This record gives sequence, C-alpha cells and structure tokens, in this order.
Amino acid sequence: MSILADLTGALVGGDLRVVDLTHALDPDFPVIVLPPEFGQCARFRMEEVSAYDHRGPAWKWHNLTLNEHTGTHFDAPIHWVSGRDWPNGAVDEIPAEHLIGPVCVIDCSEGAAQDDDFELTPEIIAAWEAAHGPIPAGSWVLMRTDWSRRRGADYLNMAEDGPHSPGPTPDAIRLLLERDIRGFGTECVGTDAGQGAHYDPPYPAHFLLHGAGKYGLQCLCNLDLLPPTGAVLIAPPLKIKGGTGSPLRVLALVPGDAK
Amino acid sequence: MTLPYPKKKDPQKRTKVPTLPPGERSRAALGLAIAAARGRFALQSCAACGAVQYPPRDACRSCLSVEMSWHDTPAYGKLLAETRIHASPDPYFRERLPWRMGSVQLEAGPVIMAHLVGVSRGDRVTVELRLDRAGQGVMIARPMKRTEDMEDDPVLRAIGTHPKHRRILISDATQPVARPLIDALFAAGAAHVFAGVPELWRRPHGLSAIEGLENVSVMPLDVTDTQSLKEAASEIGGKVDILINTARHIRPGGVLGQDTTAARDEMEVNALGLMRLAQAFGPGMAGRTADGVNSSAALVTILSAHALSPDPGYGAFNASQAAARSIVQTLRAEFAPSGLRVAAVYTGPTEDEWHQPLPPPKVAPKALARAIVDGLDRGLEEVYCGDVARDLAERWAADPALLDREMMGGGA
Amino acid sequence: MSAPYDGVVLTCPVTVPYVRFSNETAHWWVARALRGTLDAAGLTPRQIDGLSVSSFTLFPDTPVGLTQHLGLTLRYLDSIPMGGASGVVAARRAARAVQAGDAEIVACVAGDANRIDSFRNLLNAFSRFSLDASYPYGFGGPNATFALIMDAYMAEYGATREDFGRIAVAQRANALRNPHAMMKKPLSLDDYLNARPISEPVSLFDCVMPCAGSEAFLVMSEDRARQLGLPFARLTGSIEAHNAFPDDPVQLRGGWAAEIDKLYAQAGCAPQDIDLLQTYDDYPVISMMQIEDLGFCAKGGAAEFVRSHDLTIDGDFPHNTSGGQLSVGQAGAAGGYLGIVEALRQVTGQAGPTQVPDARLAMVSGFGMVNYDRGVCSAVGILEGAS
Repeated sequence: MSILADLTGALVGGDLRVVDLTHALDPDFPVIVLPPEFGQCARFRMEEVSAYDHRGPAWKWHNLTLNEHTGTHFDAPIHWVSGRDWPNGAVDEIPAEHLIGPVCVIDCSEGAAQDDDFELTPEIIAAWEAAHGPIPAGSWVLMRTDWSRRRGADYLNMAEDGPHSPGPTPDAIRLLLERDIRGFGTECVGTDAGQGAHYDPPYPAHFLLHGAGKYGLQCLCNLDLLPPTGAVLIAPPLKIKGGTGSPLRVLALVPGDAK
Repeated sequence: MTLPYPKKKDPQKRTKVPTLPPGERSRAALGLAIAAARGRFALQSCAACGAVQYPPRDACRSCLSVEMSWHDTPAYGKLLAETRIHASPDPYFRERLPWRMGSVQLEAGPVIMAHLVGVSRGDRVTVELRLDRAGQGVMIARPMKRTEDMEDDPVLRAIGTHPKHRRILISDATQPVARPLIDALFAAGAAHVFAGVPELWRRPHGLSAIEGLENVSVMPLDVTDTQSLKEAASEIGGKVDILINTARHIRPGGVLGQDTTAARDEMEVNALGLMRLAQAFGPGMAGRTADGVNSSAALVTILSAHALSPDPGYGAFNASQAAARSIVQTLRAEFAPSGLRVAAVYTGPTEDEWHQPLPPPKVAPKALARAIVDGLDRGLEEVYCGDVARDLAERWAADPALLDREMMGGGA
Repeated sequence: MSAPYDGVVLTCPVTVPYVRFSNETAHWWVARALRGTLDAAGLTPRQIDGLSVSSFTLFPDTPVGLTQHLGLTLRYLDSIPMGGASGVVAARRAARAVQAGDAEIVACVAGDANRIDSFRNLLNAFSRFSLDASYPYGFGGPNATFALIMDAYMAEYGATREDFGRIAVAQRANALRNPHAMMKKPLSLDDYLNARPISEPVSLFDCVMPCAGSEAFLVMSEDRARQLGLPFARLTGSIEAHNAFPDDPVQLRGGWAAEIDKLYAQAGCAPQDIDLLQTYDDYPVISMMQIEDLGFCAKGGAAEFVRSHDLTIDGDFPHNTSGGQLSVGQAGAAGGYLGIVEALRQVTGQAGPTQVPDARLAMVSGFGMVNYDRGVCSAVGILEGAS
C-alpha cells in the first residue's frame, strides 16, 4: 500500500494541497427560485436546540431544515425526470468509487465577466482539449466562471425574465457525454445557465446529464485554485435513502506546484 | 395641542420600568374590554326589561333578571362632575399625575366614570371605550367631534398605540400592503419605517416600491430565519415602537389537495414567523412601553378572517392562520404585564395573485393599510377589514358551530 | 314608625388612641377596645353574651374567628360591614337584640389595623364596582369619588371652598382640646385654602388621615346599667337607609333625607332640640349634606349655615366635638364609631376637655361604603343622656 503512504506523505509534506470548493451553509445563501405555484427549494435554516443552557446544560446543537439542493450540493441522476429510472441513481445507491475521481477545469471566467449569459459551447471544450488533451472518461468537468465571488442579488442575478448566469449549451453537454464524463459542476446555483429553461431541451445539463446517469455539482467555489487537469475531486453526498442530491463538502487534492 | 417630537434619549438615564393601571376586573366587566378591543361602545342591558346597566353586573338593577347581554349603545352624555387627581397610591397613575377624570350621565341612562380628554363640566360629550395599558376597557369622555390632535392628549397617548412620532418595523415590506401602509403611517405622523425584506438575494418583487423612500430603512429580515431576526433585533431592537407583521405565505388548496411542503412554508411564515418575530423583538419592546412619547406600543399582525373558521379552499393556509391566531392570544397574555398591545387585523380575501381567480369583494392593499393604521390610531386589538372579515367575525361571534357548518357549504 | 328602644341603654364608651401606622393586627385593636369597655363596666369577657364587630382588616378571619380568638362565648354575634354607618347601625341592632331578650349585654366594637401598605390594599379590594368602574380612572380612591361629589355640589349649590374650610377649621379647633387627636397643629382658613390639591376640588385638609385604632361601647338593659352603676344614654330614635335615591345622577343627598321625618317622630324631638351633632366627616361636603338632610337647614343651605354658625365646642352649633375624623384620624371601620362613642361621652358627661356644657341630646350620623360613585349606607341615631 505504498500509494497511500505516498499520498499521506504528500499531504503532510505539502506536495499535495487540499482545496475546499464549498460555500458555508448559510440561511442567506441563494437557492434556485421557481415560479411560485411550484414547490420551492427549502432554504437552509438552523434553529438552536440548546446552547449550554437550560435546554441542555453542557452542549450546543441545532436542528437543520433544508432542501437536498441547498448550498454547495450534489445532483444524483434521479433528480431529473430523464434519470428517474437510472439504476443506482439515488445518492445512497451511487457506488462509493464514483465519489472520488479526476477533475478537469474549463476556465470561462473571462467570458463570464463580460456576459452574464455566457455559454459553454463545444468550441470552447474543443479549444480546451487542444490545450490540455482530451477529457478522460470518468472525469468530473467543472466550468469555472468566478461566479462564486458574486454576493447577494448579483449571484442569482434575477431580472424580470428570470435569472441570468452562465452555463452549458445542450451541445456542450452532449459533447461531454461523448467523453463519458462522471459529472459536471459549476459555480452557479445550478448546473444549467440562468436562462437554461429556453434551450432545447430545457435545462440541458440536468436533462441530458442525469438522463445518462451522470452527476451534477453546483454552488462550487475556489475553482480558480484548481489546475485545468491533474487534481482529484472528493465529492461524497450524504447517504440519504432515495435522496436526489445532498449538500456536501467538496474537496480537491491539488499538486503542490499547480497554480 | 400638538405633541412635540421627543428629544433623543439621555443614555445616562434608566429606561422607565413599565407599570400598569389597575387591571383587576370582575368577569362581567371583561365585556368592556371585549367591546374596546373592537372599537365599539357597548354596555350591558337586560334581556328581560331592556334596562341599560353600568357598572357591569350579574343581575338587572330593575327586574333582577340574570339574562344580561352586551349591545352597542349610543355613546353620548353630559359631563356631570370632574376632578383633577393629584395623589394616588397606584404606581401607574402616580407617574402620570395630575390625572383628569369625571362622571358622565349617559343619554342611555347610566352614570359612568371616565377619563377626560378636552372636556369640562356641563359639556355634552362622546364616550369611547378604549383599551388601557392593562388591556382593560376604559371609558374616555371626549368632545362630540373628534379633533385631529385629540390623540396627542396625554391620557390617550398613555393608553394608545398611535403611530405619531413612533418608529415602525414592517416585517415584510415586499408584500402588496407595504407601500400603502408606509404612506398611511407617515400620514399619521410616524417617525421612521424599518422595512424588512426577506431574501434580498432574489431581488424580490415589491422592493422597488419602497426603495429610496425618505425615512424608510430597507433591511434584510426573514421571519423564517432566526439568525436574520437576531441580527435585525440587535441593530434596531431598541428603536422599534410598533411592529407590524405583514409576512404572509399563502397557497390555495385544502388539506388533501395541498402538499405538506407548502403547508409547512405557511406554518413557517405565518405561525412560527410570528412567534420568531415576537421572540426577537418582543422582550425589547416589552421593556420600553413606558419610554416617553415614543414608547413601544403595539405588535400588529395580519390574519385571515378564516382563522376563525376555515374556507376549505384554503384549508392549509387557514390552519396556519388559526395557529397564528392562537399565538396572538398567547402573546396577549405574555405581553400583558408590559402593557404591549397585541393586535390582530383580520381580512377577507386580499386583492393579490393568490386570490386572483376569486370573485369580489376582495380587500385592496390600500384598504388593508388603512385598517391597520386606523386600528393603531384607536388602540384596537381586533380589527376587521372589509365586508368579508366583518361578516365572518359577526357570524362567528353569534354562533361558531353554525359558521363552521356554513363554511362546509351547508345552510344554503 | 318604629317601636321605641325602651329599657335599653348605651354605656361605657371607649376609644383606644389612634396611631398613624402600627404593625398590630385588627384582632389586637379590637381586643384592646373590648377590654377597655368591659373594664369601664367592671365586667369580665365571660359576662357578655353579644358581640357586634366592624372591621375591614380581620382577613382571613371574620367576627366568627374573632370569637374563638378572643375566647368569647356568645348568644348574639353580628358583623356590620358598613364602614362609616357601622356605629349607629351596630347600636340600633344591638338595642333590639337586648330589648327582645336575645342578648343581655352586647359589646359593640370597631377597629382596624394600619400597616404601611394597608390603605392601598384596602382600596384594591374595596368593592367590585370600584374595581371595575372607578379605580381604573386615576385610582384616586375615595378622594376622587368625593371630589366629583364636591365638584357637583359646588356647582349645584354655589358652595365655596371657604365654606368647606369652615368645617375643617372648626373641627381642628375642637381637636386641639382632644389629647387623642392625631392632628395637633392649629389650622387656619388660609392653611385650608392654600393646602396642596389632592383631587380637585378636594385638597389636603378635606381628607382624613388613615390610621390604626379602635372604639367600643356596650348595649345593655337600663336596669343592668343602673345595677352596675354606669352612666348611660338612651337611643331615642334611629334610622338606616341603604342605596337610597339610586337614580340621582350624582349624590347630592344621602339616605338620611329619605327617613329623617320618621327619626324625629320616633325620637319625639326636632332639630332645634339637638345639643350637638356628630356627622360623618370623611369629607366636609358630606358633613354639609348631613346638615341639610338631617333638617338643620334647607337643601343647598349648608354653606350659608356654616357661615352663620360656630361649629366649635363652645359655639352655637357644636359639631364633631372630638375633632372628627378630619382631625382625629380615620381608623378604618372605627371611623364609623368615632361619632357615636364621642356622643355617648358627651351626653353622659364624660367628654372631658371636649365636653359641651349641659349636653343632653346628641345626634350621630353615619355614612358608609363607597361602592361605586357614592356612599351607599346612611344611618342616624339620637342619644339622650340619662344619668
């Protein structure tokens, strides 16, 4: 088992860094907003059960309420109608080995800075592959936009015609599926663009990825600390029976010399 | 008389500890509070012989019948005698001496004692029943015609909840009622409005209507988020004189047709939200009910009149309203020692997206705003806004079981 | 007309000197007055078989508890909860009991404690109508209630504060001759007029001072009194009236007015025969009303009456000779005994420094219990000295 010894040695020695790609779970962190007649994503709420007081003299703890898709979170295939019949498509069924894997980061930050509705296209992916080689099968692909630096209302960026934030086109997702990726992740509130409802199919990332048994990650941060290739993503959701997703702590192992 | 705007507080002075006027009453006399809470002038009369009675009693002074009931009564009379009290063993009145009171011969018959506002011996007067700080119904003799600054009188100021010079927190200023409410509050002389806005991150509708208004501070506040309430209370908790809870989550649907997610949201906002608001702001307000001209005065919440008896078409929402009404009742008991008024403004269907397909009559935001401010002006505890709410309240008061049957569709 | 109280007398008047505040209980004060009146008669507690008690502060006891507390074995026990009317009412009822043979000797006693907070507590629990409909309006207590009466009286009859002042000033002059009076300083009309307002138009010297104290006397057959060698007085007439004139919007007359003719007829005398008058003076305006309602002048004429008469012990109309409650103090229900006990002293020649020379016929008036906006109980008795 010298691999693991090497790994831990590298972690201790600083040859490997651990990057936290997770936002704090905060009641004021945006969630996806649907038309009000639909069921809504429960906001993260935390109520004190006791705080070393008459309700529990030596301990402090909270009750949490939240949706599976609150904060930095994981989407399982059964989250979407297209993936509803996928075997092992719930978070508790996903094989553990799927939860750790290589990650490719496509930097769209320049474009996203110019255009709130910036699209990840097959052309951008092709250009990335030209620079970094083909996306390996079984990889996570993360779309870096630096959107995670936005605060407050600028994050959802809601307008009268809905939110405006970057995301992939249907063809971009189709191309990634051709590469047989493990999943796709973004810094925005969803894996799809803010205006993703207007694509064909609507919400292509959700529809196509989950229809193909792939996973989603959203509300990520610190993608600027990852190299385009060569990092390892650790993204195990909570083991919720029949769960469609879950908030989680997303970590990346990054070679010490990267970036 | 024009009430001057209070000077800033002297930080070296202790905030006056609230005291209450005498609050002990007989069971019969509670009828005065019931009428006062609703802004009515009602006295007991004998069902057998019709004799109007006062003070409230258990048997008729004319015929000994024990069938006594409360009825709206003409509220006019003549001031027979008056005094200005300079000495009282009661701590509440001691702090407010001298205090004027007098006796009034009502045209309806009885002689009553009353607080005096701008009247003197021999005057023909109008008598109002108002809630005092002890939450009891008391008589106020005032001029026949209401004057604009009547509420500035120290007697009414001490027992009332008038918005003048007061700083008011509106818990959810994105609701349709918020803008007309703000306008009405300022028209009534309010000093400042803190406009709570939940989920600023989603750029909620309604925000544009209140942004940039003079003397309005928009602040993040979400009644479902304990942390946000804690933060808001730590910032403005010592300045909130009146809290108006406009936060409201409403989805159509009964119980079977409604999923519990929406019902839970309704409970979270409408019932537990009120509870959280009271927990966050209540203690601070309760400590400031004697804090000078702009003392804290009232916590107001909007309820559906169907809190009394549900409309099955909005069954889950109405369950949250019934829960909220129950919380209001508990809060009244809990705030009673401080004299902080807890008012409920009942409304029928409101003119908004959640009642859009319903036929009229519906309560327009402006009308709801007016009812809230009118309730504060007159220190009411129970306000019924619009014909539907008034009708429901009357039917409920007359026979709650019958109303329940009628709401089920019976009795056509 | 009521039957006469033949063969029955009042005797052994006792006042236990009042104190402003005391930690002693009503039981203590009642016991002292009882012991005092028995000592005066040379009797032991075992020798009385009747007791009439008036006290506001016995709680949780009643006169029933008092019998066991004081070791009394009785055939007649009465409780007179009529405040200022208690003394006269106790006397007339005891007289009937003795006359009818229900009791041989009835001790009538009134006394109350006064701790620092007693008065406020007493007011707090005074009456249901007061709690419901009077005290919430400034909690001025009886001061405010009588201020309204005084205000209306002044407006109706043109009485001035000077007129009320004459009563207070004369009583103070009387009190200065009574070593037991709480008020020891002379009072001038200017003092009265310039006193601080309490509840306008009531000012400081319109008010009594609550204190602790007790009063008592005995009612027995004339034969028994003679046997014991006691100076005594006969009750030649008495009335009581409760909730009289209920439809008067403001109390400008008391129950006396309803029954006064019967009183004089029973007593066989007229106002001009009366040697001295003890009115119930919780406020001077009430004394004025009594002067009118008891027939000493026409209704509304009391102001003129007090202007044209000298109300002191040596005057042409001796009134409240001990100084009255205004100057002696008000020891709760004992205030309702102050007049009758003083009158009994007067007509039996035992009044000492306050003695009106040759006093034979005394009228004692009582007034009690502001239930809401007025005093509900009125009573009057006429005592004739006979020793």
